[in-house]
Amino acid sequence: MDWTIWVEWVVKGFVLCLILLTGFAYLTLYERRALARMQVRVGPNRAGPEGLLQPIADAVKLIFKEEYTPSRVYKVVFVLAPVLTVVPSLVLAAVIPLGTKFNLFGREITLFVSNANVGVLYIMSIASIAVYGIVLAGWSSNNKYAMLGGIRSSAQMISYELALGLSFAAAIIMGNSMNLIDIVNAQKDLWFVVLQPVGALIFWIATLAEVNRAPFDMPEAEQELTAGYHAEYSGMKFALFFMAEYQKMIVICMIMATLFFGGYRELWFLKDTALSVDAVWTIGSWTFNAWFLGPVYLFLKVFILLFAMIWVRATWPRIRYDRLMSFGWKIMLPLSLAIVFITATGILLAQELNNQRYYWSIPVLSIISLVVAIAFINRDLRRKSHGRI
Amino acid sequence: MTSDLIVFLVLSLVAIATALGMLFSRNAVYSALFLVLNFVTVAVFYLLLGAPFIAMSQITVYAGAIMVLFLFVIMLLGVESISSPNALPWQRPLAAILSVILVVESVYLILSRAQPDMSIASPDASLNTMDSLREMAMSLFNNYLLPFEITSILLLVAMVGAIVLTKQEKGEQKS
Repeated sequence: MDWTIWVEWVVKGFVLCLILLTGFAYLTLYERRALARMQVRVGPNRAGPEGLLQPIADAVKLIFKEEYTPSRVYKVVFVLAPVLTVVPSLVLAAVIPLGTKFNLFGREITLFVSNANVGVLYIMSIASIAVYGIVLAGWSSNNKYAMLGGIRSSAQMISYELALGLSFAAAIIMGNSMNLIDIVNAQKDLWFVVLQPVGALIFWIATLAEVNRAPFDMPEAEQELTAGYHAEYSGMKFALFFMAEYQKMIVICMIMATLFFGGYRELWFLKDTALSVDAVWTIGSWTFNAWFLGPVYLFLKVFILLFAMIWVRATWPRIRYDRLMSFGWKIMLPLSLAIVFITATGILLAQELNNQRYYWSIPVLSIISLVVAIAFINRDLRRKSHGRI
Repeated sequence: MTSDLIVFLVLSLVAIATALGMLFSRNAVYSALFLVLNFVTVAVFYLLLGAPFIAMSQITVYAGAIMVLFLFVIMLLGVESISSPNALPWQRPLAAILSVILVVESVYLILSRAQPDMSIASPDASLNTMDSLREMAMSLFNNYLLPFEITSILLLVAMVGAIVLTKQEKGEQKS
């Protein structure tokens, strides 16, 4: 094999890791500032202009903090668990296309690390592996609170993985491929969020549960579990868990943008203008592709989606644990099954009858099923206001 | 081709080591973790053979779902240390005999079937695309529809059985 391709892979992987690590550092600042604004506070603004050096200060503090390892822990697993949590969150990003391609030194450089044909399945499998780190952290701490946190989180992640997989399936059916680049290109004419808004909503809720974000941050509920699975961790090991959580937030927003919001592509009604990623720009005698718009669009989408995540955290209280489980199994799972069925039927109808209008049966029917699901939640909450849903 | 061979040899060592680790570790959680590693190496074997779909399914189903449930049960029941005193008396000899039979059988099959000059047919590179996935789905839902549906019914029955076992009778007191 050509050795240059190895160099290309290594450089790309390195750059991707660098993007995620920087993104993690600045996402913490972004979240703290945005939360502060929503709560009419100022937020961290001392280190550097507008607090821009705050992440670096935090990192220095965490690295030099004393790392304390309790004496009765299972040592190997205890050290391994934070690493096992971070690695999946980094490798998840490998299949996400960041843009089209450009030429450098006569070589065509594509803006993705891997063009895997089973990209969506890859994401599913890595996401399913990610639960190990948290479970093992809880178990190896040899602490009842940490253990409960780990078990809660594993149960939660398994439950919401089903709805997540089915909403992936809806995107696969609409994109007619498991390759993320094909899915992005299929959204040239219309974003899938317009065609399947309920699928995007289910994906959103399921990913919030997958990354243990509010309102599904049960595993680390401070009031009940002291700190959940990372109760015994300190210093950089503790920071690694947060690193994993925030990197997963970024990656998951990227996946969401790719599957439902057109990925690195422009808004669908801009597709033939100069703002398209396929456009060719001419400045004077210099002609070039507008490939650099791809990462910019993706960054903007991720930025907005991350804001929505922070907004959710600032707005909703934590959901009770039994309700969280029954919401996952009794509402999300049936609803996502219905979504997959509706999507497949709509596309089959439109293709068999050769009429584009049948595509619009997908959003209409999905929204009807969403309304039915909300009615069910309402009825259950009213009927048994003291019991379980 | 040599790089593939090196990767294969290293991975087989890892696979054997993790399998042995699973058998001999005293702690059930470590056993489960070794088994997870073993599943992952098997998935990489599938990748080497040019079957990414099976590799990813292997990781998702075995490492991601089944072993997480195993770990879950081990941790919930608190049976981390494996105790041996209440083993059945005839279990060890029976297991030894059965495993000897298995080893002899597989060695015989390997020696009789695999000729040294017969290279294992490596999968066509063109199959390693989205089309192969489509082909697989096509044959699954056209030629093998009945086995597929029977398998799914089997799983459904198992699921209903689990629910029935855990469901309390109407008159029964909640414990």
